[in-house]
Amino acid sequence: MSDHAADDTVPEVDESRRKFLIAATAGTGAVGAVLTAVPFVASWNPSESARAAGLPTEVDLSRIEAGQMATFFWRKQQIYVVKRTPEMLASLPNHNEELKDPESKDSTQPDYAKNAQRALRPDVLVLIGTCTHLGCLPKTRFTPNDATVMANWPGGFFCPCHGSKFDLAGRVFKGSPASVNLKIPPYSFEGDNKLVIGVDAPEKGAA
Amino acid sequence: MSAVIEGKGGFRAWLNKRLPVDQFVEDQLTGYYAPKNFNIWYFFGSLALLMFVMQIVTGIFVTMHFKPGEATAWNSVQYMVREVQGMWLIQTMHAVGASFFFIVVYLHMARAFLYGSYKAPREVLWLIGMLIYLALMAEAFMGYVLPNGNMSYWGAQVIINIFGTIPGIGEALVEWIRGDYGIGDATLNRFFSLHVVALPFLIALLVGLHLVALRQVGSNNPDGIEIKEKLGPNGKPLDGIPFHPYYTLKDIVGVGLFLTLFAIVVFFVPTFGGLFMESPNFEPANPVSTPEHIAPVWYFTPYYAILRAVPDQRIGALLMALSIAAFMFLPWLDRAKNKSMRYRGLASKLLLAMFFVAFLVLMWLGLKPADPIYVTLARICTAMYFGFFILLPFVSKADGNGPVPERVTYHAH
Repeated sequence: MSDHAADDTVPEVDESRRKFLIAATAGTGAVGAVLTAVPFVASWNPSESARAAGLPTEVDLSRIEAGQMATFFWRKQQIYVVKRTPEMLASLPNHNEELKDPESKDSTQPDYAKNAQRALRPDVLVLIGTCTHLGCLPKTRFTPNDATVMANWPGGFFCPCHGSKFDLAGRVFKGSPASVNLKIPPYSFEGDNKLVIGVDAPEKGAA
Repeated sequence: MSAVIEGKGGFRAWLNKRLPVDQFVEDQLTGYYAPKNFNIWYFFGSLALLMFVMQIVTGIFVTMHFKPGEATAWNSVQYMVREVQGMWLIQTMHAVGASFFFIVVYLHMARAFLYGSYKAPREVLWLIGMLIYLALMAEAFMGYVLPNGNMSYWGAQVIINIFGTIPGIGEALVEWIRGDYGIGDATLNRFFSLHVVALPFLIALLVGLHLVALRQVGSNNPDGIEIKEKLGPNGKPLDGIPFHPYYTLKDIVGVGLFLTLFAIVVFFVPTFGGLFMESPNFEPANPVSTPEHIAPVWYFTPYYAILRAVPDQRIGALLMALSIAAFMFLPWLDRAKNKSMRYRGLASKLLLAMFFVAFLVLMWLGLKPADPIYVTLARICTAMYFGFFILLPFVSKADGNGPVPERVTYHAH
């Protein structure tokens, strides 16, 4: 125990020691606050069951006729799967100058679908069925020369909301409010007739 | 200290020693002097407070019957308005109330533009008000998504996707906001929590701060001169009158008129021709069927029109954010000596008129489909909108310095 005389004297303040202690306490507190925020922020991420529901979707291609489209859900998005006929594929290169992004340079697709047909396998077109303008669902207008869409229509998709037009590779026509082509999800094939949406195709030569 | 506190005996004295009720009334109401030349524009502050209280009260009752979630939200709203006594009215008041809240808030903001109420010393008052406006927009958007109608769903889709335009983190951010790969249970439940708990608390706190800042600097007035510079022998402003009873009584008249209009809309035209409630929202959310035309509710359409006016979505989103953020810089962009438009030159008046016209035309355009003619118009109005903020520093400095009266202009009725 100290005596009373010592209590009455004002001890000299060590300013640098005090500054260090304040900074150290505040710093430790700040680190703790940030670390505590982690679970709160993480709670907004998709849950395990949401992730499980976002697992790949498998499609049996033998059930789609050539020239027709079927729709599937993957990660709460509609996926359009079109079996393109040789005539459909032959029409693709004929209207490149009418397109905004004919080579899909500014559009979103896996590298293996960044080609003239925008597909891993030319006869199968896989698209995310969400208009790149404001998210409506484009409708199918596969019949060529359908004058209700536009003159010399090669066949493709038409968005009823704001009139965006896309060809049979999901490439957007000039004059559409959408500025990029329809997105293509990651996908791959297992055998000839099984399409797996949500799993990337192995790189060429890798497998 | 008032005499009541020093007087002996009685419950009131007992209470005032423990809770300063009389002191508070004296400081904030009977002893708070507001300019005597307020006009009709000064109704909208108290009406905004009224709308906040109404949304809280009706919201408490809507929450008693509402079940958030993908499978339950839509049905619970149908159930409450069809089968629970009285809820047809309370739910409609809550939905229509959102639009009336924004009408009042926009008029309240327009008043600040007209009389320079954002200028020194009221910059912080203005900034707090802008934070309330931002919080209200978030609150209204989430409230619109909650019933999970088809426009709720697709509107949320479009608005949340705007965050996807942020380079690099966009896609991940959108997923984090939704908590799923699309709008789902997780999204609706977190929006419910924010709409019912977090944002109302935040707004209440900000409204409190707004009033504290207002009491500190005092109300501006249509002449834009400081009444605190001319004090009477009692130390109170010569051109001021006690807030209570003078302005409380005036505000009650405003409340009466306002509630009459509100009741007419609630009872006879609750959808207001599709403006206050959009027809696609009378169908449940359908992920495989988009409405013919996606448009937000009218109070967001000026910004939506700016977003759509830009052919590049990323720059569009940036301009939209900037168009809202620009309000925050107003106190420093306006370099006039005088506050009120009454004592500024023609150029200032025309510039402000241009901004009001651009805002209203953009509001109308945002409700229209994105046809080429409307897009062209939206581009012109976007240029006018930003032109106001760019030209303001120069115009206000040049012609905002004329003579102002010594005392407020006031004519007894």
